[in-house]
Amino acid sequence: MPACSSGIVRSNKKVGPDLWEMEFTALALAREAQPGQFVHIRVGGNQDPLLRRPLSIYDVDAGLITLLYKVVGRGTEILSLYSSDQPLDVMGPLGKGFSLVQDRRVLLVGGGVGIAPLLFLGRELKVRNNKVIVLHGAGSKEETCSGPKFTGLGMEYRIATMDGSLGFKGLVTDLMEREIDPKSIDYIYTCGPEPMMEAVAAFAARNNMPGELSLEEYMACGVGACLGCARKLKASDPSYVKICHDGPVFPLDSVNIAP
Amino acid sequence: MGLVDMSVNLGGLQMQNPVAVASGTFGYGREYQSYIDIRKIGAVIVKGTTLEPRCGNSPPRIYETPAGMLNAIGLENPGIEVFLQEYLPALMEEGVTIVANIAGNSVDEYALITRIIDNHSGIAAIELNISCPNVKQGGMQFGTDPRLVRQVVEAVKQETRLPVIPKLSPNVTDIVSIAKAARDGGADALSMINTLMGMAVDIDRKTPVLGNVFGGLSGPAIKPVALRMIYQVYKEVNLPILGGGGISNTRDALEFIMVGASAISIGTGNFVNPSLAQEITQGLEKYLLEQGLAQIHDLVGAAVQ
Repeated sequence: MPACSSGIVRSNKKVGPDLWEMEFTALALAREAQPGQFVHIRVGGNQDPLLRRPLSIYDVDAGLITLLYKVVGRGTEILSLYSSDQPLDVMGPLGKGFSLVQDRRVLLVGGGVGIAPLLFLGRELKVRNNKVIVLHGAGSKEETCSGPKFTGLGMEYRIATMDGSLGFKGLVTDLMEREIDPKSIDYIYTCGPEPMMEAVAAFAARNNMPGELSLEEYMACGVGACLGCARKLKASDPSYVKICHDGPVFPLDSVNIAP
Repeated sequence: MGLVDMSVNLGGLQMQNPVAVASGTFGYGREYQSYIDIRKIGAVIVKGTTLEPRCGNSPPRIYETPAGMLNAIGLENPGIEVFLQEYLPALMEEGVTIVANIAGNSVDEYALITRIIDNHSGIAAIELNISCPNVKQGGMQFGTDPRLVRQVVEAVKQETRLPVIPKLSPNVTDIVSIAKAARDGGADALSMINTLMGMAVDIDRKTPVLGNVFGGLSGPAIKPVALRMIYQVYKEVNLPILGGGGISNTRDALEFIMVGASAISIGTGNFVNPSLAQEITQGLEKYLLEQGLAQIHDLVGAAVQ
């Protein structure tokens, strides 16, 4: 069961421009966490900033939870100031994670810090005897610190950078269109900017490929009580799903797919 | 327990302790079950319910502001029948004191929902939502005009013997006249305050942040406003008050009690700390023991001059 726990920060270091990696211990959380789930962190412990910050789980290994986060505002800025041995007020694991396929050929497409949940996912997919190809889109090579972690777990990792400083120059979805033979993939998972996920969903739809994506929205409670993180998966849907409780992982065709 | 009397009778609503969780911040109770023993909460005020289901407002629905947050959920709920059939039984099984929160499009609709609730067991009191700033109908319009306040309360009181607790909107010039209208309509207690209407702007897109443009401001930022309004009403209107607005700890709760709240409600604070209601209950009990007070009631209005 999810709970509020007091984690202990083990490390917190800058790994790229505005990109940070935090390791903390929280035993029950680490035991229960599934790829695609998130943790809800109270940063600072004061009344301002007030709300918890939802962050996806980057990796879980031997009781140690790792987060990869981008400093985008005051909350994440305060989080970046945490140091080793400091307690961390963390709620989780929350949300519905990715379903885990077995014995398949799987493509993971991550954009920016959206690569984070795909590492933990890839780890669990490798355990289930899947062949995993990872496509990672980043601004520049400074933002590709996660590459060795994917290759270290036996995944094939290819990178696209906008400035061409590493790998393919351009959008990761262009790299996907150019290099991925749809016949060689059974299942796709993606997380990142929505235009990127829309392009991935369109690619999958064209090729009749099932898959899943992970969405983001402003959140307050994180447990489905406040109904704040509402979203219509399809414009025609009568009702709203709650990203925190019904997701954050949804079927790949849950975003608008460009024709 | 036992050394001090924490129980509260809020206009006929019997609470084992003075700490409630506010409507819309605690879902239907089950969402928080793994974080807090909900049986130890003074009262669980469930999500605002309407006659028909409502799908709520377009996102974004929430946005963080300095020491607070804006919300414009828009009363998303499955409707009174689904609430009674599907959500209420599980909560009843826990033995929780359950308060319904209702909103209607018209005076008649408030009365009709009340009749439906009155024919059903399991609800201990009815909180009247006449203060939701986020819906065009069934919200604040009823809570900002003293004549309408009185009409709604009267109509609801005719349908039930359950305690009726109007939740007052702070978006008025004269809160005391609204509170008096509620009293004159037969209210058993007052719940105050609901959120303060506000907004935020996305300067990159040059648009309001919230899909609904306006939203209700809650959290510690509104605490001074809530305290002031409760203080004013406590002096002028002889009804028990369920006070809330940004309560984050035991000290905050004590402030509310000392300006006249007989019981308090935790709202936005639940999002930050899901076990806050329990922590504040324990904190209040400890305070009473330290002060040598026998009952929480002895503190109500202590700071009112």
